[in-house]
Amino acid sequence: MPELELTVNGEIHSVDAPTGISLAELLREELGFTGTKIACNEGHCGACTVQVDGVPTLSCITLAHSVRGAVTTIEGLRDHPLVDAFVRADAVQCGFCTPGQVVSAAALVAASPEPTVEEIRHHMAGNICRCGTYPRIEEAILNWRG
Amino acid sequence: MARLIRTEKEVEGRFEEVWLVVEEDPLQQWPEGPLSVVGRPAVRQDGPQRVRGEARFTADVQLPGMLHTAILRSPHAHARVKRIDLSPALALPGVRAALGPGEAQGLADEAGFAGEPVAAVAAETYGQARAALRAIDVEWEVLEVVLDPQEAVERGLLTGEPTRYERGDFERALAEAEVVVESTYRTSVVLHNSLETHQAVCQWIGDTLEVHISTQYIWGVRDALAEKLGIPGDKVRVVCEYMGGGFGAKNDPGEYTFVAAELAKRTGRPVRCALTRREENVGAGNRNATIQKLTVGARSDGTLVALGGEFVNAIGWSGWSAPTDGPMQTLYACDNVRTVRYGAKINTPPMKAFRAPGYVEGTFGLECLLDELAAKLELDPLELRRRNHADSNDGKPYSSKNLLACYELAQKHWDRRADVRARSGTTWKHGVGMASQIWFGGGGPPSYAWTRVTSDGRVTVVTAMQDIGTGTRTAMAQIAAEELGVPLERVQVVLGDTARGPYATLSAGSSTTPSIGPAVRAAAADVKRQLIEIAAQRHHLEERVLDIRDGIVVSADGNLSQPLEELVGLLEDAQILGKGGRGPNPTGMSVLTFGIQVVEVAVDVETGEVRVERVAAAHDVGRIVNPLGARSQVEGGIVQGIGHTLSEQRLLDPETGRVLTSTLDAYRMPTIADLPEIVCEFVDRPDEHLTNLGAKGLGEPPIVPTAAAIANAIRDATGADVHELPISREELLRALREAQERAREGAKEHVGAR
Repeated sequence: MPELELTVNGEIHSVDAPTGISLAELLREELGFTGTKIACNEGHCGACTVQVDGVPTLSCITLAHSVRGAVTTIEGLRDHPLVDAFVRADAVQCGFCTPGQVVSAAALVAASPEPTVEEIRHHMAGNICRCGTYPRIEEAILNWRG
Repeated sequence: MARLIRTEKEVEGRFEEVWLVVEEDPLQQWPEGPLSVVGRPAVRQDGPQRVRGEARFTADVQLPGMLHTAILRSPHAHARVKRIDLSPALALPGVRAALGPGEAQGLADEAGFAGEPVAAVAAETYGQARAALRAIDVEWEVLEVVLDPQEAVERGLLTGEPTRYERGDFERALAEAEVVVESTYRTSVVLHNSLETHQAVCQWIGDTLEVHISTQYIWGVRDALAEKLGIPGDKVRVVCEYMGGGFGAKNDPGEYTFVAAELAKRTGRPVRCALTRREENVGAGNRNATIQKLTVGARSDGTLVALGGEFVNAIGWSGWSAPTDGPMQTLYACDNVRTVRYGAKINTPPMKAFRAPGYVEGTFGLECLLDELAAKLELDPLELRRRNHADSNDGKPYSSKNLLACYELAQKHWDRRADVRARSGTTWKHGVGMASQIWFGGGGPPSYAWTRVTSDGRVTVVTAMQDIGTGTRTAMAQIAAEELGVPLERVQVVLGDTARGPYATLSAGSSTTPSIGPAVRAAAADVKRQLIEIAAQRHHLEERVLDIRDGIVVSADGNLSQPLEELVGLLEDAQILGKGGRGPNPTGMSVLTFGIQVVEVAVDVETGEVRVERVAAAHDVGRIVNPLGARSQVEGGIVQGIGHTLSEQRLLDPETGRVLTSTLDAYRMPTIADLPEIVCEFVDRPDEHLTNLGAKGLGEPPIVPTAAAIANAIRDATGADVHELPISREELLRALREAQERAREGAKEHVGAR
C-alpha cells in the first residue's frame, strides 16, 4: 500500500493507506480522529468538514492521497472559542453534525472575525443539521468571542 | 409500602393498560415559576463532549477484529426469492459469513418494497462486503405491485381493520349546517434522515450479547433481541450514550441489529452493520403519505356543528396506522364527529413513527379546513378557534389545558397582520397564518432512577434512559439538583446502558422528561431524606428543622450551616443511595399538550416561491424544566416542519416503486439559509394533576402546527387554498389559478345576484 504523509493538527502522520481511501476514512479509521463524522459519504451534508490549509473541505469526497496541505480537524480546534460559544448558545442537539459545523465556522471567523448574519448563512449553508439548531448556530457564531 | 395498581399508558397516541407498583407518599409539586435550578436556563452538561467531537456515537465504535456488513436489498417492489446462492459471495476475499432469507430477523424471502433486505454479508472491510453482494445469485419471482393507496383501500389491501369513530349524529348535523366546506388534502412521505444512520455493533462475550446501537430505546432493543434470540433479557446488554438523531425511526432494533448479532455469532467476531445514507432514505422508515377527505359544517357564527373525515394512511409494506384522525376528534368542541381511517398496505418502503405521527398530517388537513371555513364566513381565523375551544376531551377532563393562554400569548403576533399584508407588492405577497396544536406528551410509568451521594458531597443519578439529543440528561440533573438542594455542577447523570441502571422508558412520544423526570425527583428526595436523617443525628436536631440549600445543610433557626461534603465527609467510602419510580398518570383525565404557531410568509405569485419570514410559537407543556433546551426543541421542530412543508419530497418511480431521491441533494432538507425569525414562548404552568413534576414533553408539539400555519399564511397572502404537502411550486401555482377562477366566478355571481 502506498505510504502517505499527512500533517494533521500540526503533527505529521505516516500511514500505509490503500489508494482510493477518502480523507474522512483515513482520519477516522487509520488515525483515530473520530470527531470528523461521516453522515452521507457523498459530499452533501457537511458533517465531515475539515480544513485543508484553512479551507473548509469535505473530507468524505477528498482522496487522502491527493491532500497536499495541512489538515485541521475538530480535534485541532477543541480549544477554539467557538466550542464554548456553541455550548453557551445551545447550538447542539444530537451533536452528530456539530464538529463539522464548528470546523466550517472556524474557517469563517478566521476570514471574517465579525461575520454578518448574511455571511454566516452563506458560509454555513453546506452544513446540514437535521435537529434544526440553525438559530442557535447563528447566535453562537455571532457571539463567538464570548 | 409497595402498592399494585392497574393504570393507562400512552406512547405516540397508542394506549394500553399496564400493571404498576407504586410507592406511597407522593411528593408535592414545586411551586410555579423558576426555582433555584429547575426553570432556569442550563447549558447542556454533555455539550462540550458533543461540540468537541469527543462524544462516542455508535458510528465511532471500533472494536478489535470488527467485521463490516453489507445488505442485499430487493430490486423489485414485490418479489419472492425463489432461489438464492450465497456461496459465490463466501468465496470472495475478506468475506467471513453470509446470511440469506430467514437466517436473521428482517431478512425476508418475500420482499414487499424495492429495498427490502433479503441477505447480508460480513467481511473484513465494508468494501469487500459490498463487492460480495454482487456475487450473490438470486432468482426472483416477481409479484404484483400496488403503489396507489386509494387502489389498496378499494381492493381491501389494508394493514388492519379500518378505525371508525363517531360521536353525535354527523349526517343530521351536516344537513342542518348553515355553511359546509369540503376539501381533500394530501401529505407526502417525509424521511427522518437522522445524520447518524441506523446502525449497530454486536459482539458476543460468552453467552452475553453486547450491542452498541443508535437507538431511542435501549430497553426495547434489549427485550426484542432477547425474545427473538430466545435468551434471557439480562444476557443482552444494550449501550447507547450518544446517538445522532432519531425522530421516531429508531425505537426498535431493526434488521441491521439482528443481522449483526447473527453474523457475530457465526464468526465469533464483533460485527458492525450500518446503513448508508442511500439505504437510510429507502429502508429506514418514513412518515407515511396521507389522503384526507374532510368536511366541516358550521353555523354562520362559526360554531362547528359537524366534522367528518376519511383518512387514508399510505403505510407501505409495514408500519402502523398513526392517528391522522386524532386532531379532528380532539382539537375543537364539536358534538358531531365522524371519522374513518384506513391503513393502506402498499409496496412502498415502511412507515415508522416520525415526530408526532398522524397529528402532523391530520393537523395540516384540519387546520387548513378551518381556515377555509373562516374565509367563507369572513371570520378572523383565531376568533373561529376561540369560539370552538373544547373545555373537555369528549367529556373527559384535561389534566391541564392552557390553549387559550397560548392564544393570548400569540395575539401580539397575530395583530401584525395588517402591517405584514401592507408589505405586499405586485409580485411578492405577504400574509399571516396560524394553526393550533394538540398532541399527547404526558409520558407514563414505569421508569426508575437511582441516586448516589458520595462523601465528597457529589451526586450521581443513574437511570438507563437515553438522551437522543433533546438535552434530557441536563434536565434530569436539574431536577435532582433542585430536589437535593445542591448546585447543578455537582450532579452528573449516568445513562445509556441497560446493564448499568434501572429501566427507563423510550425517548419517543415526548415522554422522556415527563416519564423519567418524576422518577429522578423521587430518587433525589429519597437520598435527601436520608441526608437529613444523618444531619439530625449528627447535630442532635429535629429532622423537620433541617434542609439542604445550595449544597449547605441548614437549620431553620440559622444556627447550623454546614457544607454537605463536610457532613457526609466523615463517612469516607460510604455512599448514601436513593431510588425512585414514576407514578401513574391521573385516572380519568386526558393528558395533552397544546399550542399555536403564527407564521408570516412572502409568496412570489409569478414563480410560486414561498419564503417563511417569521414563526412565533406559544406552547403549553406544563412546567418548563430548562428554558434554554426547551427553546431549542421548539426551533428544531419548526425548522423540520418548514422542511416537510416546502422542500422535502421523497419521489418514487411510479413504474418500479424505487426511491428516486435517496441522496441529500435530491431530498432537500432545510439549511441555515432557509431560517426564518423564530419567536418562542411558553405558558410554563405546571400541570397540577400530572406527577410530582407537572411537566409534559416538548419534543413533538412544535412540529405539529407548522405546515398548516404556513399554508394558512399563503392563503392570507394570496387567497390560494393549497391542499398538498410539500407545497411545491406546481401546487402553489395550481392553487393560485384556482383562486383567480373562484374570484372571477364570485364576481360573476355577484353581478348576477344584483
